Amino acid sequence: MTLMALDPIIARRIEIHSIAERTVQGRERRASVAVWACRACLIVVLIPLVAILFYVASRGIAAWNWAFFSHLPTPAGIPGGGVSNAIVGSLIIDGVAAAAAVPFGVAGGLFLAESDGPVAGALRFAADVLSGLPSITIGIFAYAVIVKIQGHFSAVSASFALGVLMLPVIMRASETAIRSVPRELLEGGLSLGARRATVARKVVLPAALPGLITGVLLGIARAAGETAPLLFTVIGSQYWNLSPTKPMGALPLVVFQNGIQAYPDLVKTAWGAALFLVVMILVLSVGSRLVAARLRKVRR
Amino acid sequence: MVPDGAYRVGLATVAAVFALLLLAFVTSLVVQARPAFAHFGFGFLTGTKWDPVHGHLGALTFVVGTLETTMIAMVIAVPIGLGTALALAYALPRRLQAPLSMGVELLAAVPSVVYGLWGLLVVAPAVRTVLEPALAKLTGGHEPFGGIQEGIGLLLAGLILSIMVLPTLVAISRDVLIAVPHEQVEGAYALGATRWQVLRRVVVPHARAGLLGATTLATGRALGETIAVTMVIGNTVSFAHSLFAPTATMASVIANEFTEATEPFHLSALVAVAVILLGVAILVNVTARLLVRSVGGRQRVGLGVA
Repeated sequence: MTLMALDPIIARRIEIHSIAERTVQGRERRASVAVWACRACLIVVLIPLVAILFYVASRGIAAWNWAFFSHLPTPAGIPGGGVSNAIVGSLIIDGVAAAAAVPFGVAGGLFLAESDGPVAGALRFAADVLSGLPSITIGIFAYAVIVKIQGHFSAVSASFALGVLMLPVIMRASETAIRSVPRELLEGGLSLGARRATVARKVVLPAALPGLITGVLLGIARAAGETAPLLFTVIGSQYWNLSPTKPMGALPLVVFQNGIQAYPDLVKTAWGAALFLVVMILVLSVGSRLVAARLRKVRR
Repeated sequence: MVPDGAYRVGLATVAAVFALLLLAFVTSLVVQARPAFAHFGFGFLTGTKWDPVHGHLGALTFVVGTLETTMIAMVIAVPIGLGTALALAYALPRRLQAPLSMGVELLAAVPSVVYGLWGLLVVAPAVRTVLEPALAKLTGGHEPFGGIQEGIGLLLAGLILSIMVLPTLVAISRDVLIAVPHEQVEGAYALGATRWQVLRRVVVPHARAGLLGATTLATGRALGETIAVTMVIGNTVSFAHSLFAPTATMASVIANEFTEATEPFHLSALVAVAVILLGVAILVNVTARLLVRSVGGRQRVGLGVA
């Protein structure tokens, strides 16, 4: 104290030092509070993920039994029955959609990868925009060009809608996969005198295969969970039907139509179908990454 | 052997078919919507009455419903999503980053109908018995937290939507945050900045356009989300005077009424609603893509939520 009173310069220095210390401590405290707030946000985001998976798994498993997979639905109020027609229906609808969209999408990706002009740029941009549009509008598109003309609801109209939904995902993922193939491979093939089509088929596409598989599976996974485009295309059915030109049962529709009913048995079936759907989609999307990683490793 | 010329023509054909498909998509909707637009004119957008039997069809209720649910969803999702993206990009041990990022992206893989089922059967009862009474107590039962506490309604729809758009928001935000040049970040650290100062003064400003793009893209998803909203919003054709009240959105009214539309103009009016929705969605998505592109963020197309 005496020193301070004696020397105003030293007193001023002590004061500055303590202000600096407080400032440093303050900003460090603020920094750690802010960083922990960010981490807390992450936890808040992960809670619903865990909750959804928990509820779907526990309530879905309770609905799973032999009849669930092998029987047809029973009328409301009568216990038992299953969703075999919807499982098969979904597989057919998704399969037909993929059969059309995969070759078309990969060819589209090849086009985008090989062209850099304004036309390709516009199409690339259009594909990106298309992938973000409400799927229900694509359902109306399918209704207009197939259901209306055919005169009745059908599985093939749903396949069309889902195919349109898969297309931009497959196209853009294929483009990325094809572009990542080293140029030397392509040029090596061409310099040997091979035609472009041959190089594409024998060199570029095989080299891009891991990425192509990832893109295709992600595209299918995206479309497989869609419900809105099914509402006025395949419409759903309680009966066994394998003909794509007629209405069919579909898993997403079972979840939607049974889930909003008051009958506990129907709600239970909805949870079972939801679990089947989630497992199917997780297998597709996690599997796509694993397959790709595996293929890349084998190559090296 | 395919000659080079034929190969190029083949690929160009595929591209042309894709372009035609897009054209057919938009045209088919506009053509079906034309009778309604021609009959009701501009009043279709401002009309509040929706009475197919008597031929009074105005879409304002649904436009407002869509705007309200989207706004609630974004108010909840944007701060949480930004915080999560910052944590995933800069505030976690390296070995936790990849698995947690993948965990968040898995949320995007869950089909929207499953969110709807969970929202209706698990979240709605909790909202009715816990959240709504608590909020009502805050305002003494007055707006915006007044009215009957049913669980399903505007608030629940916004809440479920916010959960559904978070994966998109987080994944794209994280991509653009990571794309901030390393030199900038390291330079700021070298000047003695704390981690928070680096994030707030360097990383976020640098990624601003991309973050805005991510938010816009998530907004687009929220606008068009159909089935989950249909399951939890209550589907009444009236304005919500309280956050607890049921209402309807553009997408939900289409999902609800499309297959039952038999009155004249009803179907066409529903497609007209879809055309409005599509127009807004195209505008939002184009803006979002341009913003994300401007900062060199990865163009993701595999994250389907809507």
